[in-house]
Amino acid sequence: MNEEIKAIWKSLFDWVMGNGPRPENEVIPDEPPPDLPFTRKPKDKYSRFHEATLKERYNQWLEIHGLHMFSSLYSGISVLTCIVIVSLLLATVSELPSLSDERNLANNEIIRRYVERGGKETGAQNIVAGLILNYRAFNTFGESAVLFTAAVSVLMLLGASRRNNADDEQSMKGNDSGKNFMQRGPPSVRLHTFRRDDAILRGTASISIPVILIMGCVIIINGHLLSGGAILSTALILCANAYDFERVHKFFNEQIFITITSTSLMIYALSNIFNGGLILLPNICIGLIVAGTLYGFYALLSEGEI
Amino acid sequence: MIDSFAFNIPFISIFLAMIAAIITPLLPKQNRIPENLSCCVIGIIGILSAYLLYALTNSGQSLSFNFKIGNFPVPYGNELKAGPLEAVLSLFFSLSMLLSLTGNFSSTEEDIAPNRRQLFCVLVNLIMSSLLAMTYTNDIFTAYVFIEISTIAACSIVAVKESPETARAALRYLVMSLVGSGLILIVICLLYNLTGHLIMQNMHIAIQVLVSAKSYIMPLTVSLALITTGLAVKSALYPFSFWLPDAHGSSTNLSSAILSGLVLKGHIFLLIKIFYRVFGLDVIHALRMDTVIFILGLLAMIMGSVHALRQTNVKRMIAWSSVAQVGYIFLGVGLNTTAGIAAACLHIIVHACVKPMLITAAGGLSNAAGHKKGLHALMGTFYSNVWAGLGFMAGAFSMMGIPAFAGFASKLSLTMASFDHPVIVWSLAALAASSVLNALYYVPAVIVILTHNKNMNNNFSAPPPTRLYKISMTCFLALNFYLGLFCMPLLRLITRGVNVL
Repeated sequence: MNEEIKAIWKSLFDWVMGNGPRPENEVIPDEPPPDLPFTRKPKDKYSRFHEATLKERYNQWLEIHGLHMFSSLYSGISVLTCIVIVSLLLATVSELPSLSDERNLANNEIIRRYVERGGKETGAQNIVAGLILNYRAFNTFGESAVLFTAAVSVLMLLGASRRNNADDEQSMKGNDSGKNFMQRGPPSVRLHTFRRDDAILRGTASISIPVILIMGCVIIINGHLLSGGAILSTALILCANAYDFERVHKFFNEQIFITITSTSLMIYALSNIFNGGLILLPNICIGLIVAGTLYGFYALLSEGEI
Repeated sequence: MIDSFAFNIPFISIFLAMIAAIITPLLPKQNRIPENLSCCVIGIIGILSAYLLYALTNSGQSLSFNFKIGNFPVPYGNELKAGPLEAVLSLFFSLSMLLSLTGNFSSTEEDIAPNRRQLFCVLVNLIMSSLLAMTYTNDIFTAYVFIEISTIAACSIVAVKESPETARAALRYLVMSLVGSGLILIVICLLYNLTGHLIMQNMHIAIQVLVSAKSYIMPLTVSLALITTGLAVKSALYPFSFWLPDAHGSSTNLSSAILSGLVLKGHIFLLIKIFYRVFGLDVIHALRMDTVIFILGLLAMIMGSVHALRQTNVKRMIAWSSVAQVGYIFLGVGLNTTAGIAAACLHIIVHACVKPMLITAAGGLSNAAGHKKGLHALMGTFYSNVWAGLGFMAGAFSMMGIPAFAGFASKLSLTMASFDHPVIVWSLAALAASSVLNALYYVPAVIVILTHNKNMNNNFSAPPPTRLYKISMTCFLALNFYLGLFCMPLLRLITRGVNVL
């Protein structure tokens, strides 16, 4: 009995230590080889007339056909899942009450108040602006924070990685490298390095950029009538495409990008905390955030930096 | 009644974290200013939540209150709702976040490039803010907005460590997480169309009307199923959890601690609120969703542990163990009683405190082994980093449910909750089986780190643990023993909180 318990403990100890029972002809490597599927080498066969076992044949078959089988199965199942979900959702939507039905619970006092008293209570010229910036201002602040999160994420993942390493080393060495950190190193390798001297594009851009800029500014300032900020960013994108990227970079770099986005969101947050029912100020802030973020996405995804 | 300062605390703590996130990019990057700011703000939020809890428990008659955001009263504007349960959760979330930040300070500095750390701190603050908002909000669309923030921020803190595995894991996580977000948004649209409200209590009243009139049962069922699926994808319930081991196993220690400990929990608590506050437990029972959740919870408890048994990488093992622990929480939710939900909330707190400790400790151990993550490489590392070793052992014992450790308290309360329920046999069997399975992979791991390594490479000397690491590990251990030994007052408080949820 004692021997048996000893044997069990021995085998548990061996299992923990990693030296369980081994075949006699096994060669123990000094270091466990990396177990990546693509670097695995075929085992040496002990004899010339080695006949493949059933498992080996299965593995060979899997190696040749497995990926194909998997991809066809995968696409089949995904199409099936999509069809099921789409039909389920369509069936659900067909069951929903219609908007004109007066027994519909959605036709309640909330919508009535928004429509009837929205303009008077919020002072907005259109109800949607009053709705998103006054009645449900906290949600709109959250949505702007989503944009901010996305901008920060893309900047962190794409922008910061392409800077040269000298910058990193300097900031690793000491804390006094603040100035160097803000300065830009030599320009990194661009993703697209074609010459932009397209006369037609430049001609069109020189005419349309001022118009687009004015249009964008008008829309942002008239936030209580028309909300939106994306038009301003199209001017920047057009400028970067028609002229050189460097030219936009002279007045819109990473530091300015992050300053504009953070400051606008900050102003918005403060106006949300001390809620005075402001509409114009938050709308300008949202416009600036949207414009900055859209151009930032374009610049980071196409050029690799702002 | 509670005083006006405590009344404002839910709003203040959400905005404090948000403003810290917004202001961080404008600050200088030297002298660890962003990191220190995050730690300070999260500490302040913890203190504020503790004060809120104190004010709520001493207030006497009304245990919860609603806080109006903006100029307009409730059906027209936005609202937060705070009660003891929300205060307890935000207290433990901020404690766990603070200790993960301080404990993983040095490993974060090793893993993340210096020019990324500032923006990384921004994302950590955003995650904190979204967690608080998900905890406190009473408006389902606000919850969705903050789910989006936490989704984007969580994916990028996975991808911040530059390696092929993390890029792949983050992409997978992003796709899965966006599927979940899409389902949640679709359901919010459907429910708005049915009820005409976005405030949870008003939706509940409308749903009661619809169910008692037996009209629109099919859209309600589909909405409930889809929103459960969406939040289950986000909180890694078993069949939807295959993104989790990659994302949590390959990212930097701080990211894994935040994701496993906190981000999953925020979504689970939101699901509990939707079950309890929007649909109501009787509607959930009538639509049979509690049975589905219960079965999936059982499956997760067993399968998470079975998968964890097969891992050789210590962080992947801990990640699969998270799947099993999420199964425990959903088991409590699936019981569909107040006691069950209270037990689930206790397990949320326990897991939010224990899992970051386990991950921080595993990070310290693999640091002592020369940045190797394989279990066999950790042999004897207990003796080179005793604090990490103690933390790992306490975490492992807690996950197994040894008495006096935190996990025991929540397993006990889950067992007690399932006693007056018809499914007691299943839940007890699953709890027992899952505990044994947990022991099957945690005990060998503990034996490995305690075994002296004779052929250890002596010319490699790991840096000793920093003072900050020791302090935060001590706090983690203290928290663990507090939860394990003195959980009954906490459980009573949670039960009171669930009653006024």
